[in-house]
This record gives sequence, C-alpha cells and structure tokens, in this order.
Amino acid sequence: MRAIVIGCGRVGATLARTLDEEGWEVTVVELDEDNLSRLGPEWRQPLVLGHGMDAKVLEEAGVEDADVLIAATDGDNTNLVIAQVAIRKYGVAHVAARIQDPARAEAYAGRGFHIISPVKMAIEGLASWALAAGSR
Amino acid sequence: MFAIVVGGGKVGANVTRSLMELDQEVVVVENKPTRADHLEEEFGHRVVHGDGTELYVLERAGITRPPDIVVAVTGDDEDNLVISQLSRERYGVKKVIARVNDPRNQPHFDLLGVTPTVCPTQRILALIEHEVPEFDLVHLLELRNENLEIIEVEIDRKSPCLGRSVEDLGFPTGSRLISVVRDGTAEIAVGATVLRDGDQVLAILEPGKETEVRKILLGR
Repeated sequence: MRAIVIGCGRVGATLARTLDEEGWEVTVVELDEDNLSRLGPEWRQPLVLGHGMDAKVLEEAGVEDADVLIAATDGDNTNLVIAQVAIRKYGVAHVAARIQDPARAEAYAGRGFHIISPVKMAIEGLASWALAAGSR
Repeated sequence: MFAIVVGGGKVGANVTRSLMELDQEVVVVENKPTRADHLEEEFGHRVVHGDGTELYVLERAGITRPPDIVVAVTGDDEDNLVISQLSRERYGVKKVIARVNDPRNQPHFDLLGVTPTVCPTQRILALIEHEVPEFDLVHLLELRNENLEIIEVEIDRKSPCLGRSVEDLGFPTGSRLISVVRDGTAEIAVGATVLRDGDQVLAILEPGKETEVRKILLGR
C-alpha cells in the first residue's frame, strides 16, 4: 500500500513509522525540516518538504498514485482542506483527517473522508471511565 | 443588512467601518486578543473575540440568524475556506465572500465551490500585466461563475490578422471581439471591422479558448 502522511508531529511521525513497520510505502510531507528527526535515524522512505495545501507538494509526494492519505498537521482547517482536495481533485481512495475540535469534526462528517478527533476520543474515554468508576 | 466579518486585520477592519458608515448591522470576529481589544475601542460591542472557524464563536456572532452575508478575510486561506463552507453549508448563509491570500490556493476555493473570492495579489498582478510590454495579452476581467473572461490584446506589425476583417478571422465558438480602440477612440467590433497595427482589441471568451484567440490575433 502507498500512503502519504501530511504533518510530522507526534501523531504524523509515529503513524508513519507504524505503517513503515507494516511494510507500506510511506511518503511524509512536512513544512518544518526540524520535525523530520521525529522519524528517527533509520527512516529511508521519501520525505517532501513543503505545505500540504500546495498542489505541487502533494503531486511531488505522489498523491496521484496514493491509496491512502492522512492529513495530520496541527491545523484542523489545513487538514480539512487537504482531505477534501485529496478526494475531489486527486480521487485518493482512502482519506483521513485529524480534527481536534469535536464541533468541526461533526460538521464535516459524511463528506467521504474519515475523521479522527483526538479530543472527542479523550472526552468519550474519560466520560466512560468516570461513569464506570462512579457506578462501582 | 446584517453582515459578519471574520478576521479583523486591515481588510476586515476597513470593511467593518465602511458597513457601519452605511448604517448596516455588522459584527467582526477577531481571534488575537490584543487586536480584538484594539478593534473594540473603535467598534465596541460589534467585536466578537474568538476563532471564527469555531462553531460556537460564529454562533456568538449571530450566524444562526443567519446573516445576509459573511465576509471571510482572515490572513489564512484554510481558515477562510472553512469559514465559507460552514457558513453556507451548515448555517445556510446565502452570500459568502472569501479572501484568497496566496493565489496558488485559488484552485482550492474553486474546487470547494467557495465563490466569489477576492485575491489582492492576483489583482495587482493583472494591473502590472497592463503596464509591462512583455504581456501581449492582458486579463481585464474574470467572470468565474459565468466561465468567461475579457482580455485586451494590442495588434502589432507582425500580427497575422493585419488588414483582415473580423468575420474573416474565424474566431472559435465561445469567443467574440467586443471593441477596437484606434487612435484613442473605441468602436464596437462588427464583422466588417478591419484590424490595423496598433489597434487595442477587447475580446470576451471562455478561458479555454485563449490559446486559439491569441494565435489568431498575435500569431503566437
């Protein structure tokens, strides 16, 4: 499988390494060169420096041949735009975006890409823990 | 009219002020606290502090009414795109105007159906085209929704259309000459109009026809 991971923060870098360990072809797109060290010294797969909203950068990363694209920058709106462009312009089959804000995650649900909202997951996890703890 | 302006920078502040002077109801949303305080001194209760891409902030600004128009003029294109999409698709705002900061992002606005847009950089470039002789074809006006553009071309000595009439030139479907400016006087172009060296010609065409029209008028 060919994947593009946009954003090499904690989430993007760890995700890229996980897919790499599974034997996937992974291209990482990141704006800040310093963040690439998160991939570790063993990283041998392609890296593209640039903004994920830049069509040229996406094309350099091979968006036209990608099976999977994950928008995991620290900007919700950046991820929302990249995900929509990946689907509607490039027809990437599987697209996911990380959206911190649960309200925006809900507002953009059902648009053909998968949304992971870490904040929503934390809220749900903590709530179910608290409710379970309270009923014991 | 009720307008929400998102982004209280130079553009947003001036739009807000102008709407106020026209006695229109307006709210401006600004995220940066120091900037918002500054705006509040001038605009008072019309300022809403917060991130205009957050739904609850937009709701505090009154987006559920909904406003007649939302103006998305922050300095970030991804924010303007999301504000525009949320306004139109979630809150049913009929009219949205978005600012494009980086002209390279214009295709994203088009792709996601965010229109009309204003891109100051593109406007300035179009004006420069007009002044620089290297640009033999100047884009005067783009009518995005109508899929038409108006261009200006100056006919020179090497042009293959010299001495020929408009009807003989065989302009492709989807293009038409509008007028010819000769010696400072403009004339509406008709079939019998003969083109001469130094003529400034205006044409209206579908953007896809530009290469063909250029070839006919300039031979390159």
